[in-house]
Amino acid sequence: MMLALLGVASVSHYLVVGAIMFCCGVVCMAVKRNALGVLMGIELVLNGANLNFVAFGSNYLAADGRSPLGLDGEVMALFVILLAAAEAAVALAITLNFYNNHATVDVDRADDLHG
Amino acid sequence: MNQDAFSISLSLFALIDWHGFFFLLFAAIACIAALMVVLTDNVVRMALHLILSLGATAGLFFLAGAEFIGAMQLMIYVGGTLVLLVFGVMLTAQTQLVALRTPAGDRVLAGILAAALLAVLVQAAFSIESWQKSGQGIVSAPTATPLGMALVGVRVDQSAEANLLDAKGGYLLPFEIVSVHLLVVLIGAAYLARAKRRRVPRPVDLMASVDSVEPRSTVDSPSTVLSGGAE
Repeated sequence: MMLALLGVASVSHYLVVGAIMFCCGVVCMAVKRNALGVLMGIELVLNGANLNFVAFGSNYLAADGRSPLGLDGEVMALFVILLAAAEAAVALAITLNFYNNHATVDVDRADDLHG
Repeated sequence: MNQDAFSISLSLFALIDWHGFFFLLFAAIACIAALMVVLTDNVVRMALHLILSLGATAGLFFLAGAEFIGAMQLMIYVGGTLVLLVFGVMLTAQTQLVALRTPAGDRVLAGILAAALLAVLVQAAFSIESWQKSGQGIVSAPTATPLGMALVGVRVDQSAEANLLDAKGGYLLPFEIVSVHLLVVLIGAAYLARAKRRRVPRPVDLMASVDSVEPRSTVDSPSTVLSGGAE
């Protein structure tokens, strides 16, 4: 059983974890009626993508000890984290504004522009 | 005999692949917490599971040798963004809004689509030969310094390649753009989310509005109640 654990962490396994988080985020964005739930789905999607960036850029996981992406993957992951923070701030402000005007955070009720 | 037991446990300890063990642990926590975010309807529980999922992702970053990104994930994401989200949850937590239920048909449809997407992604993840080989366990130098130098435009990780013109460029311009972007976004967010001051109609306006009987939309009434309560 211990030997079964050997060599389990490769780039492919990181990609699978990232894919699962991405799919969970997509379902969250599509299904949740709470605007904050949609926001959380976006965070999950960004994290799944971030995991892929880090896995591709990691020298530790690369088969020959030197990944082709190198440091660029980590820089991209840093930018994604920063942009996710900015996006969360604006989306939260919009949600609070919507809540102030409509007294609900149900995205299905945001149909004022409905013809 | 004690000595034997100790040495046996020590050799067992050395036998376990701790990197693989912690990878499986963090991966399981991240995936199960992400699933729970989807499956639960209660927005407070969703926030808690999201914190768990993102924290486990930070552990995966540490395991991949990206310790600076892992620390940033914990500080910015878990410490900043999620606290912001939790505050949003608290500010809007009315009893009828905490658990908005989704129709079952939507859930099933989204589940089928997500399963199809997941199948494609997993198939793609195992399609390349070199991605499946695990690494040789070469622990690289700490990445914080090269990362910081790359952000100010100097790629110290590539200085071995003698010709600097051939080397990949730094990230000074994207760094500046992201900085200004973050500043603008935070000012905009503060402007959008500021407490609205209720406009008190002057008596003249009041008379005029009485004359021309202008029906106020029903949408406005909760906003006046709320902003009155907030101030």
